[in-house]
Amino acid sequence: MLNINKQAENGKLVIALEGRLDTTTSPVLEVELKSSLDGVTELIMDFEKLEYISSAGLRVLLSAQKTMNNQGSMKVIHVNETIMEIFEVTGFSDILTVE
Amino acid sequence: MIETRLPEGNEMVVEAVLKNLPLVVEFVEKHLKRTGISLKEKLQICVAVEEIFVNIANYAYAPDRGNATVRVEFSGAPVTVSITFMDNGIPFDPLKRRDPDITLSAEDRRIGGLGIFMTKKTMDSVKYEYKDGQNILTLKKSI
Repeated sequence: MLNINKQAENGKLVIALEGRLDTTTSPVLEVELKSSLDGVTELIMDFEKLEYISSAGLRVLLSAQKTMNNQGSMKVIHVNETIMEIFEVTGFSDILTVE
Repeated sequence: MIETRLPEGNEMVVEAVLKNLPLVVEFVEKHLKRTGISLKEKLQICVAVEEIFVNIANYAYAPDRGNATVRVEFSGAPVTVSITFMDNGIPFDPLKRRDPDITLSAEDRRIGGLGIFMTKKTMDSVKYEYKDGQNILTLKKSI
């Protein structure tokens, strides 16, 4: 299960995720991002309530990062320790801006 | 056939389709719960289980359908958990896949291969064999 909470204002978009970002739920986020990144210059992904991420979730993050590299910036915030370790193992900690 | 409830024992047979992923994860988690496993180790094991099962669901029987067997076993002290996946699909060794270059920038990173890479990094061992018409993949991790 994955809940996606969006808050947009003046080119800034905050997406808060809650639950699991896995093979079955990642496509939902992918579609959501595709339809909402137009005109966004600052993307913030809030992982405070994200419990789990697999490679399918990482793929969506990578593609969002690529999009934002061309039109602004992206930050991932409130990353818990276990998800941070997944970022480190996969080199994503170097690709993403994690705060 | 979509399974709707978990089996009593330590082995589960499900149709190898993505829709059954939550069930497989739930089955493994149920067995892990009995151990004093940390949240971090549980997450690592769930990621590995997802990657392997999704591989089977996507590639083993395509475009046909078939089953996958998942078995969870514990041994020794300190405890080692061993999770075995079996399917009768085409012979396929996911471990042969080349590791992704994790030092590349976002622009140059290619999508794919990450799941198996994460699995190899976080499990103590990952073994593949093809025997009697079956792909057999075993994950082991001491917990």
